Amino acid sequence: MKPHAEMVHWLFAAGILFIGMCLLCEAIVGRAVWQMRPWRKYLWPGVAFAMGVLLWPVMAFFTNSAIHMYAHGSWAEVLMLAGGAELGLVHGRLKSPYWRLTWPLAFVVTGTAFIVHEQNPWFFARSAFLHHLLGWTFIVAAIFPLALVWRPRSTALRACFALTICVVSVQLFSDRDVAPIFGHLSPLAGEPHR
Amino acid sequence: MNSTYAPDAAIERTRFSRPQIVSLLGPLTAAAGVVWGILQPYRVTLLHPHGQGVWWLLVEPPLLVVLVGVAFSLVVARPLLIDLEEHGEASR
Repeated sequence: MKPHAEMVHWLFAAGILFIGMCLLCEAIVGRAVWQMRPWRKYLWPGVAFAMGVLLWPVMAFFTNSAIHMYAHGSWAEVLMLAGGAELGLVHGRLKSPYWRLTWPLAFVVTGTAFIVHEQNPWFFARSAFLHHLLGWTFIVAAIFPLALVWRPRSTALRACFALTICVVSVQLFSDRDVAPIFGHLSPLAGEPHR
Repeated sequence: MNSTYAPDAAIERTRFSRPQIVSLLGPLTAAAGVVWGILQPYRVTLLHPHGQGVWWLLVEPPLLVVLVGVAFSLVVARPLLIDLEEHGEASR
């Protein structure tokens, strides 16, 4: 009854795509217009926080190894922290803009966890390749939320942040449990399926 | 020559294209999902549902992309376009 790991990746990819599109819209129209309706300012931080909560059952039910448990648990923690901090900031409960440092923290922790918990080399299978790629994407792209702490009004930085989230979504949608990557598939990975 | 007019013109140009970009984001995403479904029809298990497990019927990536695009258009883009128009009128 448990879904395949790739399906969980696709479900999270859908949520991440929605967040990326919201961020992109916010960057395009500006924060003033985006926050004209009260519910909208809580929308993407709320979805991010909810996805952090949903990562806990993923941690509990997809514990292939201790390192997987640590990785999913750390993602749940940093996503809830960043989403919660953003909710506090948009609500006005939190004042310091330095709370937005939780986003680069989340990116670096997520990226490191992706790379550390993937035990196989890049071209072992598609999932291994994507775990490495996702890890480095998060680590390199942490520069955007970090810069946004000091340049929060920069449209270019906010668009780059949003597009990074969309790219992460595409990478997650490309994930398969066992599939080749650029024609490479280790015989140890198992039989490929659709 | 006073160069302060150039940025104003740039803002005006950007303002005209903003509603178009916002209104296109959702349909383009949904279209990407449709194209994906056409290119990889075996990913849309609704087209051949017999013998499929419940998760394969529930989680179909091209349909998820279409769903996100449609939900974004209806829930986010549509009210945002109204607000963008109001904000534009208010600032004129």
